[in-house]
Amino acid sequence: MNANAKKVVYDPLIDNNPITWQILGICSALAVTTSMNTALLMSIALTSVVALSNLSISMVRNHVPGSIRIIVQMIIIASLVIIVDQLLKAFAYDTAKKLSVFVGLIITNCIVMGRAEAYAMSHSPKMSFLDGLGNGLGYSLVLMTVAFFRELLGAGSLFGIKILPLTSDGGWYQSNGMMLLPPSAFFIIGFMIWAIRVWKPKQVEKPDYRIHEEQNPDLI
Amino acid sequence: MEDLLSLLVKSIFVENMALAFFLGMCTFIAVSKKIETALGLGIAVIVVQMITVPANNLILNYLLKEDALSWLGITGVDLTFLGLISYIGVIAAIVQILEMFLDKYMPALYNALGVFLPLITVNCAILGGSLFMVERDYNFVESTVYGVGSGVGWALAITALAGIREKLKYSDVPEGLQGLGITFITVGLMSLGFMAFSGIQL
Repeated sequence: MNANAKKVVYDPLIDNNPITWQILGICSALAVTTSMNTALLMSIALTSVVALSNLSISMVRNHVPGSIRIIVQMIIIASLVIIVDQLLKAFAYDTAKKLSVFVGLIITNCIVMGRAEAYAMSHSPKMSFLDGLGNGLGYSLVLMTVAFFRELLGAGSLFGIKILPLTSDGGWYQSNGMMLLPPSAFFIIGFMIWAIRVWKPKQVEKPDYRIHEEQNPDLI
Repeated sequence: MEDLLSLLVKSIFVENMALAFFLGMCTFIAVSKKIETALGLGIAVIVVQMITVPANNLILNYLLKEDALSWLGITGVDLTFLGLISYIGVIAAIVQILEMFLDKYMPALYNALGVFLPLITVNCAILGGSLFMVERDYNFVESTVYGVGSGVGWALAITALAGIREKLKYSDVPEGLQGLGITFITVGLMSLGFMAFSGIQL
């Protein structure tokens, strides 16, 4: 793989992560992360949809008039999602049931539309496929990290296997019920963004307003 | 009647689209810097949700469900696998029609909503509303009430967040948490607050 292709795949993992930097596709990132199993299935579903939709949209990009491109993208994406949805229902029914409406919501997941519009419309099919793959993996990375903390601290297990024995089963670990509730996902992503920005300071956003403008001119 | 009232309260507070199901998060975070724009978007979501959820309910019951085509004399056809593509098509079409209608007859509202109207097509809260309607098997009246309730809940949440963020601008946030990070934590705290409603017995 040449250097450019490598960059397209690796860049969205941390530096240009779709969730923590581009603010795309957050909805599903939060809802399906109570256990590692559902998060893994969702990651696979999204990564395949975004890679394949980028590939197909890039292949037809020169034949689609600009004014109807959104609806063409929508139809391609919706068809791919239907295929994924049917496959999941056929081969992983129990987990698919837990994902409930969120597989269908991949259609409106901003990562898929965003990458189609921002990248696939102007690049070759091969590069678009790699870009889709990279962004899908970046999304999966965040999803798996959030699910890791939520399942470990909330239920004391990983992929359904007991790691920390719970007090209710005679073990020592008192499970943290909040980790299984919606708010914890927001906190974990918030802290993850903080950690990434401490590591990569160039991602830090400029504040709109400085309170100590007078006292601390060197901060501006 | 009481059922419907309880469904309304449940969809606004207990099962808030944004804070309990994380739907429409991208727009929720991106368009909540100012109260006016947040309110405008919220109203647009209420209007679209109020129309699309019942419309998709009709599509499901009279076109897609097993044997739903019997009024045409066709039986034994199950088209539910076409659900996703039909719902998103209906949403896109309704948003487009609404845009043309408002432009012609209510230009003031049209200008106030501006760019948010077309953006609503890809707002997951709208498609999510229709998908929940399918999953929970609501009838026509229930789906209308659910559409209104979930729209109002979403609008309420985004306006409240915009209010907090307008004040938050003047606070001294640690460097790396600036912007996106602190917004997530604020939304987390709001979501924690909304969980108090889950104790309501109706």
